[in-house]
Amino acid sequence: MVTGGVTKFAKAHPAMDFRLMVKRAYDYAVKGIPNLTKDRIDGTRISYFSDHFSRQLKAASMVQDYLGLNPKGSVRIEWGGATGGECFQAAYEAVASGRMDVCLAAGYETMSRVATWKGNEFIALASDTNFDFPLGGFYTGYYALMVVRHIYEYLRLTRFAHVQDEREAQRLAIQEGSRIMSMVSVKNHRNALHNPYAQYPKRLTVQDVLNSEMISYPLTREQICTMSDGAAVAFLCSESVAREFTDRPVLVKGVGCGTDTMRLADRPFGKVPLMPNESARDYAHLPYPGVHSFRAGRAAGLEAYRMAGITDPNRELDFIELHDAYASSEIQTYEDLGLCRYGEGYGFVERGDPFLRGIDYGFPTPHAGAIPVNPSGGLIACGHPVGATGLMQGVFAFWQLQGTVPQHFGDPALQLKDPKRGAIHSHAGTGSSVTVSILERGFR
Amino acid sequence: MKARPPTLTKFRDVQAELARSGAALFRDPDGVESLVVRYPYAIEYIHSYAEDSPFFLGLAEGRLRGSRCTKSGCGCVYATPRSHCMECGSPTEWVDLPKAGKLHSWTTCHFGSEAFLKETPYNLALVEFDGVNSLLLVRLKDARESDLYVGMPVEARFDPNPKYAVTDIWFVPK
Ligand SMILES: [Zn+2]
Repeated sequence: MVTGGVTKFAKAHPAMDFRLMVKRAYDYAVKGIPNLTKDRIDGTRISYFSDHFSRQLKAASMVQDYLGLNPKGSVRIEWGGATGGECFQAAYEAVASGRMDVCLAAGYETMSRVATWKGNEFIALASDTNFDFPLGGFYTGYYALMVVRHIYEYLRLTRFAHVQDEREAQRLAIQEGSRIMSMVSVKNHRNALHNPYAQYPKRLTVQDVLNSEMISYPLTREQICTMSDGAAVAFLCSESVAREFTDRPVLVKGVGCGTDTMRLADRPFGKVPLMPNESARDYAHLPYPGVHSFRAGRAAGLEAYRMAGITDPNRELDFIELHDAYASSEIQTYEDLGLCRYGEGYGFVERGDPFLRGIDYGFPTPHAGAIPVNPSGGLIACGHPVGATGLMQGVFAFWQLQGTVPQHFGDPALQLKDPKRGAIHSHAGTGSSVTVSILERGFR
Repeated sequence: MKARPPTLTKFRDVQAELARSGAALFRDPDGVESLVVRYPYAIEYIHSYAEDSPFFLGLAEGRLRGSRCTKSGCGCVYATPRSHCMECGSPTEWVDLPKAGKLHSWTTCHFGSEAFLKETPYNLALVEFDGVNSLLLVRLKDARESDLYVGMPVEARFDPNPKYAVTDIWFVPK
């Protein structure tokens, strides 16, 4: 990767249609790289999630022609919530296969063109329309079903094992889980105060998050990402030409993709696919993935780590930008990606591992800086214009590894000290598809 | 003849104006004006349940039917039907499922997609059945948020006036 650009994510950009948003991100990316001209681009991969949002089919063709890139090759990429992550990997594959030397990955979504609850309906149509959607199709409801079980497996049966009354034990466990999920929401909103691209930067307390509107029990409004308009682009090049454009390129060291059943109800109860540093004994009695964990995320992580030669992700990654559409799924994803063992996600937050050092979150974070997760603010605070989101993560990770966050954000607070390697993680509907890409600094 | 629709500076006001007159000018903080219009879209599908049809016909007769793999040595039983086994690829046969099970997980939705907003709050539940390998997603009625817990016994109810949809079945606490 040699450069990238992002528009500010916003509730609505009525003055820009999707073509102009992509153009703005594109212009930002090529600014200051005089030899990255149109004729150097061999082709494009363009992503957006839903035709419903713009009521324009084959909209990617309109992006291609607005950028003046015809007659170069192009493909539209769509893979639910993981659309942006898939687009990044599609561009990687175009280059890695030798087909292209320079590939533009561009993504966007304009979700403001329908009312919020209609938008929720469009998203819910990405669940089984015979068996799931007619029951009250609502993604927050699906993730609530998953986290209630996650809390049952990992808090009810551990911290509250001593409580005899079953209802009371589960009530206490959900209370505890909600408090810890709120810490994640505080973290991501707080980090975003230093990210000018973020849609909802704010200083919150755990109590603020808990007191915000209940959307689907136990998930509250501040634990959930929102609808956004936005675009992002990333330029991927072969190693042979990358240095013609920048002396600070970032290497794509590994890519992984995993899938799972569309319906939550069909998820199996089998064995955990193990990280190199885990043992079958760790999970002797854990039915997996059930609805509590994302097998697709584990599969994507394993593939990407294998390719990048990573055996202990917690030690070998310096940060992760992951798909926190819900505070719950951020915690579930720590475990899928092997940042901690299954069942340790809540303790991982309480110890402070995924927090940034030097930022005051309003509660103690003794391990802060161990492995910062969503230093940018993630989806919860930056917004989630679906087709752009995975590419936005790619751009933020790229700037981290380049050490150029202060210049792009106009604020040095989120720049990690000398990061060598990071991961980006993109996730679709209830974990039905997930991508993980490993990015590494490509210069001394 | 009206040449220009009203100019508004709050995007949520635009939505109200569209409902009223069908067009509005939105002026953003930089003074850029965008013309926003109503743009309706409705479709009616000719939807076939195809190989899943017996499940929906079963609901109309008060039967809850799942799928059992016909391969000896596999025999996976699916609460949400599928005409071929996910594990081994063999055809499945229809089996009657128990009409009672336990909550595997649950939630109460206080908001929902536009189509379901008027039904809020409603409970969604994943139900597990003895001897069945997968779950069934259902509405859970006659129960408040504070009543519900993982492991709660529940039983099926069927709509006496079937609509041939998955909502023809729901569960209640047993
Ligand atoms: Zn089978």
